[in-house]
Amino acid sequence: MTSEPVIRIVLAKLGLDGHDRGIKVVARILRDAGMEVIYLGLRQTTASIIAAAEEEDADAIGLSMHNAGHLALAPAMLAALDKADLDIPLIIGGIVPDQDIPILEAAGVAAILGPGAPAEEVVAAVRNAVSP
Amino acid sequence: MSVRDLSTVDLVERAIGGDRRAIGRTLTLIERGGEIADQITELTHPAAKGSHVVGITGAPGAGKSTLTGQLIRHLPTLGLQPAVLAVDPSSPLTGGAILGDRVRMDDVAGDGGFIRSVATRGHAGGLALSVPGSVRAFDACGFDPVLIETVGVGQVEVDVAGAADTTVVVVNPGWGDAVQANKAGLLEVADVFVINKADRDGANDTRRDLELMLDLSHVSGHEDESGYRPPIIMTTATDGAGIDAMWAAVTDHRTHLQASGRLEHRRAARFRYEVRSRLATRLETSINAATHDLEPDGRSPAAVAGELASRLLA
Amino acid sequence: MSEQSRWQEQYDATRRRDVPFETMSGVPVDPIHGDGPFPGQYPYTRGLHAAGYRSRLWTMRMFAGFGTAEDTNARFKEILRNGGTGLSTAFDMPTLMGYDSDSPWALGEVGRAGVAVDTLRDMEDLYADIDLGSVSTSMTINGPAAAVLAMYIAVGEKNGVAKADLAGTIQNDILKEYQAQKEYIYPPRPSMRIITDMIRYTSTEMPKWHPVSISGYHIREAGSTAAQELAFTLANGFAYVEAARAEGQDVDQFGRRLSFFFNAHSDFFEEIGKFRAARRIWARWMKERYGATDERAMMCRFHTQTAGVSLTAQQPENNIARVAIQALSAALGGTQSLHTDAFDEALALPTEKAARIALRTQQIVAHETGVANVVDPLGGAPYIEWMTDEMERQAEAVFAHLEELGDGSMLEGVYAGIENGYFVGEIADAAYRFEREVNAGRRVIVGVNEFVEGNEDDETNLLRIDATTEELQRKRLEAVKHERDSVAVEASLDALRNAAQDPSMNLMPPIIDAVKTYATEEEISNAMRDVFGSYVEQAIV
Repeated sequence: MTSEPVIRIVLAKLGLDGHDRGIKVVARILRDAGMEVIYLGLRQTTASIIAAAEEEDADAIGLSMHNAGHLALAPAMLAALDKADLDIPLIIGGIVPDQDIPILEAAGVAAILGPGAPAEEVVAAVRNAVSP
Repeated sequence: MSVRDLSTVDLVERAIGGDRRAIGRTLTLIERGGEIADQITELTHPAAKGSHVVGITGAPGAGKSTLTGQLIRHLPTLGLQPAVLAVDPSSPLTGGAILGDRVRMDDVAGDGGFIRSVATRGHAGGLALSVPGSVRAFDACGFDPVLIETVGVGQVEVDVAGAADTTVVVVNPGWGDAVQANKAGLLEVADVFVINKADRDGANDTRRDLELMLDLSHVSGHEDESGYRPPIIMTTATDGAGIDAMWAAVTDHRTHLQASGRLEHRRAARFRYEVRSRLATRLETSINAATHDLEPDGRSPAAVAGELASRLLA
Repeated sequence: MSEQSRWQEQYDATRRRDVPFETMSGVPVDPIHGDGPFPGQYPYTRGLHAAGYRSRLWTMRMFAGFGTAEDTNARFKEILRNGGTGLSTAFDMPTLMGYDSDSPWALGEVGRAGVAVDTLRDMEDLYADIDLGSVSTSMTINGPAAAVLAMYIAVGEKNGVAKADLAGTIQNDILKEYQAQKEYIYPPRPSMRIITDMIRYTSTEMPKWHPVSISGYHIREAGSTAAQELAFTLANGFAYVEAARAEGQDVDQFGRRLSFFFNAHSDFFEEIGKFRAARRIWARWMKERYGATDERAMMCRFHTQTAGVSLTAQQPENNIARVAIQALSAALGGTQSLHTDAFDEALALPTEKAARIALRTQQIVAHETGVANVVDPLGGAPYIEWMTDEMERQAEAVFAHLEELGDGSMLEGVYAGIENGYFVGEIADAAYRFEREVNAGRRVIVGVNEFVEGNEDDETNLLRIDATTEELQRKRLEAVKHERDSVAVEASLDALRNAAQDPSMNLMPPIIDAVKTYATEEEISNAMRDVFGSYVEQAIV
């Protein structure tokens, strides 16, 4: 067994957006970095994600976003986490225009990963979010 | 207050009280092994009431996750509170894992049922070491039955049988491949056979094939002495057809175990299995330490092993 | 008659555009080079028509759709004013998935990725003041395609345009949804029934309409290789053909209404080889395997879109160059119609200016480069012929695998591949391999892993969808629900449910009836969900 506790992360897409190429690549990247990825995939709700995070005792939640939904969906997830009193870091990946990054960070998103972010960056973002 | 800030004793108490986050955290600590996990074993052991443990295994693509999802939907209607351990292999190279089983199960909203994804974490043989401990935790927390869902490749189905009271083997029509059937242990471990995707062509042929094989094992004396013969249930997991029959077969098996006195036998086997895997893990650590830097020194491997064994097992 | 004379005869009989077919320096050029094979002749490797773009340029069909129906209607009119010759509609996510704008699933999505269409009312506004009898419309929608086509038919009727005069395409290719785009509603087999119903309906009632646009674009966007895009798309095509034939439809009649939709990605020659191989393979299979005798049923006519996934957020203006090259490959590959992406699309829906540049790019290729003067100008070049053969070879290997999976049936093989995760797994593997190569620097993406100076430059102006769109659309929907006759709506949905349960009934007529009562798209989809169930995919990563 490794000396560091294994990081368990829930990966999901909220809402209807069906672009899952990026989130699948991230799942493999994180697996290759020794993490356990609870892959929920498409069409999740804040409720289903929170239920999974609780049952799986997840260390972080990663959401992938396209279709310009991030300004509505990221805050919705943060609000749901807040309401459930669940203090788990939220990482957003996908298409987020530069000007929106500070908005999301101010709202409480732990990290934002652009499309095609290199593997090292993805892994570091998760590790840092889990143990800052 | 986050459950991560609680002492182990308080955490387990909360979990036994039904707090889902506490249960989740407890399972994580069990999975990590070591002293805390052992402490949790001590704390949960007295609270475990003897929930029915059901292993669900079979080839990839047989529909086990969907079937398990249907069970989680069905069982609360019978007043039961199921928990699921969905086991998937860890990458032998990186130690990581992609755990995707819960998606199909989760399609039904999780009220009552608890789904936990488990990676094998390098436990060769296919079933995670933590499974018996996690089963005990679920038991202590009031979940009954506890379902262990896993892919049956390699030795896994034998391991699952070691950890379960009732083992369900799921196949698909067209599977009647003699090679598959004679795969070590598959026929022996099955307490219930399920032919899923029974709406497909060949379902009845597969059923016949299975019946034939069971006849043969009756003749060859392989089956258990009580004369129990695994039933064959037809299901279509996608629309739930046959789920109630499947569960009825599982409960019938449990009844049989109780009536024939074999439940204690099975429980004892589970106990031995768990003790054996714990021992194996401890020994593996010692073995690794002892052989890590070993260099040939002129003696034969047999001689070297013999000497180390006496030292380790003294 | 020799092949060459046959070609000449066809060529002479085709009306040609009234432009000089000369180089920029005034040198006249022959329409075709080489001794054969010839375009317009089976198996059409060099092109479907003898005169190629000399008779008609590809349709410059620009995708548009956002906000409310009125917003998109304005964009449509602008496209037509700017010289675009076909309308192509993008719908928002809720509409694509069979949900209404007031559904909880619609939160944050209404009018963002496309136009919101909930009822016939929205469709009427979408095409207001546009003569449906004189434009060709493409509608990019899959799961709820039947309802949307029904609405289009109803709009035509209201405006005095008969069904038989409606020209266009509806994507309606559900198989690739399970493999790539994930906009499915029901499980595969009931979805196939809806599609074969639509094929039968349009074959008889709407001869100018293409009921399925068998698509590789999304498969490629999801990460497949060029050969996989080719193979999976054509295999899906074979599946539709087998499904339609199985219920007695005539391959010549429906075959000539099928069309395709490919991606134009960045490896210039690979793409051209792919397009040529597509024509050759489809023609052979349709003739030799499925018994087509009408030439039109053997023709792989296709629309192309430049690869969205190749657009970078870094130094977005570079995308103009990428799109131009990709558009060129599509023209050299003989596409029938083309959409070029806007340079800012990696970040958001395109601004007007960016969308115009994209259209201008096509116009430059068509009018300034001379590639349209010669049919299949690269035909005969050793590399191109080799590439065409190689694409075909790789595709045939996939077909063999699927045929085995399906015990001799491509339809069953495709179903099996969907179920056992074959397609999704292959695509995920290819996507991952590519990502690793880019990550390792073995594959250069300009601005991303090399040549990154300029990444910090000024912000492009992005299109912002007004947050009030969602509110507006909800109010519109509420008003429609209030004004309509709910008894009629309920009755039509009941009739639809009954029809769904009866495999011998064609679903188009009851769906058309339902849209005319202003039943919503979600209500119609739900009626069918009640009978067919919903699809949940396995998590294959």
